[in-house]
Amino acid sequence: MSEFRYAVNVLPKQGILDPQGRAVELSLPHLNVTNVSRVRVGRRAELTVTAGSEAEARALVDDLAKELLSNPLIEAYAIELLEATSSAVSAGGAPPATGSGADSGAKVTRS
Amino acid sequence: MRIGVVTFPGSNSDVDALNALAVAGVEPVSLWHESPDLHGVAGVILPGGFAYGDYLRAGVIARFSPVMRGVSDFAAKGGLVLGICNGFQVLAESRLVPGALLRNRSLRFASKIVAIKPQRLDSPFTHRSTGAPLHIPIAHGEGCYYADDATLDDIERNGQILWRYVRSDGTPALDPDDPANPNGSLRAIAGVCNTAGNVAGLMPHPERMSESILGSDDGMQLIRSFVDSAKAWETGR
Repeated sequence: MSEFRYAVNVLPKQGILDPQGRAVELSLPHLNVTNVSRVRVGRRAELTVTAGSEAEARALVDDLAKELLSNPLIEAYAIELLEATSSAVSAGGAPPATGSGADSGAKVTRS
Repeated sequence: MRIGVVTFPGSNSDVDALNALAVAGVEPVSLWHESPDLHGVAGVILPGGFAYGDYLRAGVIARFSPVMRGVSDFAAKGGLVLGICNGFQVLAESRLVPGALLRNRSLRFASKIVAIKPQRLDSPFTHRSTGAPLHIPIAHGEGCYYADDATLDDIERNGQILWRYVRSDGTPALDPDDPANPNGSLRAIAGVCNTAGNVAGLMPHPERMSESILGSDDGMQLIRSFVDSAKAWETGR
């Protein structure tokens, strides 16, 4: 099994009034900023999935994004893989070593 | 006859709803969010408040609570369900009624008395209405009704728009910036029902105008409609 850490970024769909984005935009002149426009404000959730493969983990995150983390009527989401840690768990069931320098995990990090 | 009111963690109008049902002459039953058992009630109210703190989005965590399994099954069998304010948000997130409730256009929590007018008088939730505007309170931060144009056309055609915010002359406050439209709702929609007509939600609080001592009993036109229909449904089973 491997651990996959994802971010799910949720934003109001194009064409849906985003009063928070608008409020932020209206505050910009107070900061003497005049060259920023089209502000949208959403939310971000980060979560770790333990699964056999990245495809399996992503399918679960996609379901969660659709059913729970966003409302598809009004919001769009994008899934981002932050980190994947594969640990070779022995048949004897020894828990995977944790912490940096552990020899059992190959770690891939994407920004 | 017994009618249930669900209490979620964060519900705050459940006791008002229980009281309004008692005023209507039925036995109010408190239903707890952790059990899908509806104890044989003839109708269910999802009350106002902030279920599960309104975390993530208003109503979404409540959607996955055990009691909502019972409520969905009950609704699928034709049982009457009324969602008030946060209860409407729960129904919308559960996709038991069409549309979604967005942050108020003003970005402000709106707490005041508004005028809403029933759009048809032959529904289970409006048949005891006089047809005149009802003056009842709202208290919400996310009540701006939204659905895409195709859905709005559909629900309009199907008669699923049960209440609209109206101006003092009784005409719908269709402009989202009209002061009589308190949250910017599209087509001035204050409440809708599902296609079958047995599940309805609205943002205003009829249960808070259930006795003249509270200022008015306008809300009882709605509550009595619901109670009568639930009685008829139970008798017809």
